[in-house]
Amino acid sequence: MFTAGAESLLHQARDIRDEELKKFCSRVVNLLQKDELGPDAVDALQRLFLIVSATKYKRKLEDTCVHLLQATLCSPKCPEQLQLLCASILRETSPRDDLTLSCDHIQSTRQLSLVASVLLAQGDPKGEVRSVGQRVFRILESRQPEGPSPRHLLPVVSKITHLAPHTLHEDQTNQLSKRLVDWLRYASVQQGVAHTSGGFFSTPRARQPGPVTEVDGAVATDFFTVLSTGQHFTEDQWLNVQAFSMLRAWLLHSDPEGPSAPDADDRSELEGSTLSVLSAGSTAGRLLPPRERLREKAFEYCQRLAEQSTRRALRKGDSDLQKACLVEAVLVLDVLCRQDPSFLYRTLSCLKALHARLCGDPARVRTLLPIAQFFLNHGEAAAVDSEAVLRHLLTRTPSEFFHSPMLAFELTCFCRDNLPLFGRNLDILKRSFPNLFKLLAWNSPPLTAEFVALLPSLVDADTAVEVLHALLDLPCLTAALDLQLRLSPATSERPLWDPSLKIPSCLEASRDPQFQGLLQYLLRATASGTTERLGPLHRLLQPLASCARVVQCAQAVPTLLEAFFSAVTQFADGALTKQLALLLLERSDSLFQVPQYEAHVHRVLSSRFLALCALHPSLVVELAKELLEFVGSVSGIQGRGAMLASVVRPASLPAPPLPRRAARRGLRSVPTQVWAIGEYLSVSWDRRCTVEQINRFFEALEAVLFEVTQSRPSAALPRCPPQVVTVLMTTLTKLASRSQDLIPRYGRGRTGKPAGFPWVREWAPDACPVPDVRSAGGRLLASPPRFSSSSPTSWGPRSTCGARLQRTRVPSSSGSLCSCRR
Amino acid sequence: MPSACPGAMVHAFLIHNLRAPQAQDTGLCRVLYSCVFGAENSPDDPRPHGAERDRLLRKEQILAVARQVESMCQLQQQASGRTSVDLQLQSSDEPVPLHEAPHGAFRLAAGDPFQEPRTVVWLGVLSLGFVLVLDAHENLLLAESTLRLLARLLLDHLRLLTPSTNLLLRADRIEGILARFLPHGQLLFLNDQFVQGLEKELSASWPR
Repeated sequence: MFTAGAESLLHQARDIRDEELKKFCSRVVNLLQKDELGPDAVDALQRLFLIVSATKYKRKLEDTCVHLLQATLCSPKCPEQLQLLCASILRETSPRDDLTLSCDHIQSTRQLSLVASVLLAQGDPKGEVRSVGQRVFRILESRQPEGPSPRHLLPVVSKITHLAPHTLHEDQTNQLSKRLVDWLRYASVQQGVAHTSGGFFSTPRARQPGPVTEVDGAVATDFFTVLSTGQHFTEDQWLNVQAFSMLRAWLLHSDPEGPSAPDADDRSELEGSTLSVLSAGSTAGRLLPPRERLREKAFEYCQRLAEQSTRRALRKGDSDLQKACLVEAVLVLDVLCRQDPSFLYRTLSCLKALHARLCGDPARVRTLLPIAQFFLNHGEAAAVDSEAVLRHLLTRTPSEFFHSPMLAFELTCFCRDNLPLFGRNLDILKRSFPNLFKLLAWNSPPLTAEFVALLPSLVDADTAVEVLHALLDLPCLTAALDLQLRLSPATSERPLWDPSLKIPSCLEASRDPQFQGLLQYLLRATASGTTERLGPLHRLLQPLASCARVVQCAQAVPTLLEAFFSAVTQFADGALTKQLALLLLERSDSLFQVPQYEAHVHRVLSSRFLALCALHPSLVVELAKELLEFVGSVSGIQGRGAMLASVVRPASLPAPPLPRRAARRGLRSVPTQVWAIGEYLSVSWDRRCTVEQINRFFEALEAVLFEVTQSRPSAALPRCPPQVVTVLMTTLTKLASRSQDLIPRYGRGRTGKPAGFPWVREWAPDACPVPDVRSAGGRLLASPPRFSSSSPTSWGPRSTCGARLQRTRVPSSSGSLCSCRR
Repeated sequence: MPSACPGAMVHAFLIHNLRAPQAQDTGLCRVLYSCVFGAENSPDDPRPHGAERDRLLRKEQILAVARQVESMCQLQQQASGRTSVDLQLQSSDEPVPLHEAPHGAFRLAAGDPFQEPRTVVWLGVLSLGFVLVLDAHENLLLAESTLRLLARLLLDHLRLLTPSTNLLLRADRIEGILARFLPHGQLLFLNDQFVQGLEKELSASWPR
């Protein structure tokens, strides 16, 4: 446990000053120079390790101390405990340039492994990796039956080939491949005798060791594998474990080029086919070159593991190992088939049977992933359609296992990593998005980044609208999944939901057929092509809106929406853009009521609305009716007001592309719908724009401006943000500049005569440049302004020109207004 | 694509403290032990590095992982309605049900904080987080069971649940466990009997 004591110890270790450390080092030196290294030395080294590891800054150790640490590490009679401590201190202070350590004369393989760990931590400035590699290989080559066991060296080989793949020569690689074959395929099938070296009390027993057994206790039927068990193990059985553990990496290392390697293909195909007939193949196998022979044995090993994993393990640990082995076996088979396609047909039959068996086994659902991966990699070459495998994986698995954090993570990564391989099956992936969103809705913190990367591939012109609805409903989906889990029979001892939250009314009401239908729609597995209004469901699930999982999911939605729009604007045509813009307006007041959710989503939606308008400027004219309704329906600034004109964009979110003209004016953030109206409701963007439209928008916005500045139902409610007022005024002046009917009103404000909106000054005397003319305001309110709309289509060349002239004056006014809020 | 990844090993193992979500202002996220298997910078990296800077970077990377794990664990605990009480208070005599302990995985993109993309697998046991930083395409099932095994061994052999013992001064035991069960970051396919064999060997080297 981490306690206050530990915290204070850490502080002490960090606060030690150089002089103190120097003294402590000389104490360590004294202790290490003694003939007999006792508990004092252990204690001192433990403390020294803490001192050097507790800080990220360099600790200066005395040269003699470093020298003695190395000497102790390499001393043959030093106890393991001290060697481990010396190695860990040297590693912890790595990289260091004063090391004289070398593994050339070390005989014990355990000690050599420790020295290697220090050398490999140096980052290879002096070719440490190569020198360790060569030494390890000299020992592996020596093959003395009584010599040091290579068991501790195989992990070193793995690490070396991982750090520096070209360290080993071709003949060394072949040599090790040969030995791996022996360890993998020909380990003893008799149990080892009780070991004498380690045990204090153990004495050699007379009892004859029996044969190794399978995990279910039966006597082993074939060669030894990691799933074979017994009381004690022989050295070659230990090596079998090591060999299989490093097999996949070694196969990839020993043949990184894959099937393109010269003449490997033809020969192994020939030998392979012979082998498949002979099956045991020991005589034929001997003729193969080491690399091909290793592949052959690896194949046999994997088949044996697949067979062994059907057995019912007696121990929980073995049952877990069976699953991990199945995954590894399929991954190894995948490598084999990539390197040598002649394995493909033999592997396919094995994997098809495996898939059929595992499909119905919920405990082993995660092993389906590497199988699906295999079919994606090789389906085409083997002329087998991976569709059924993928369909099963994507339509059933997420619905049933969305609550498993590991499965959710693996499945999401699987989809993301394999996007290029889906090919014509990409449609299955796209159509499964409602199912994949369940993984996201339940596990949003670790999966948001993955889905940001995945989203562009899930969205196309057909699914965009449905995906957007689904994203906006994501927190509602989380709540629905919670409800679903509560309604289903318990799957584990601990509830998967928040048990402190009681929702009896939800559980009761969810039986109502009306909700049932909506719930089924929300929890659908694949895209339906339709959209449902989920309002009633939002109300039903409202008690769940405050639970942490729903709130977490809601926090992820803005990021996902940004990713969605970035993707969709790449391909959206005019019609789709219009659909999406409409959807934004429509959904802005029908969101699941999670704390802060609406405000955060409105920020994204409003900035994205503007971006859509920038892409398709005629959108404002085309959606004039809907926008007018939207503007007209805004009541107060609390509800859709934020959507209407949201100004402050969170710094974490990328700014949407501003229209070029807006950017030129230096407007970094702009209230959007209103801004969009001011910006794009103009005949210069769309010939269909009429003066009547402009007048109607002017009226509507003027009413809004009045409402937000004048009506404040209670003092508790916040005042309308000045940015909103600013933008409304700017937009009104812009609109006014485009309609001859409106110019006089606008002009009065500019010349200091009665202005159009004097009540604004009352609202914020400092922010408003126009003089206070109360009578004008009174008149304005008493009789709402009437605009002549005599000639809706009378925008002749002259008036257009006039509008342009007027507009050139607008930027200065809008610029100064915007800047006054800073 | 997975095939592009040359190897599959564990890059680092670490233990850090897990604070309760409400107690963020009490203390900091502390790495209590970390072991990086081999240095990350490849030998053909041309940039000149100060040894000191390399080490600083390594420590910062590990701390960045610890912080992310801590917040993932807290978020998961909050989501499942488990409060800090579950994290902190437990009788030290009862065996910890590791299969029900909060756990999860997430990815680290290339360059943030490691050069290579990595996968992080974590397990939260009471106030301690156990973490493996993996190469991107390691066998996750094996990594997960190895992490559980390591946590179980560390809890047993270091008696971590008793408040008096201090993990900070037991580096030799942690190293002894790692050297056997995760040598050089190699995940091992160990069946139950192999685990027992190694545990006996461990107990023989460190009589309790």
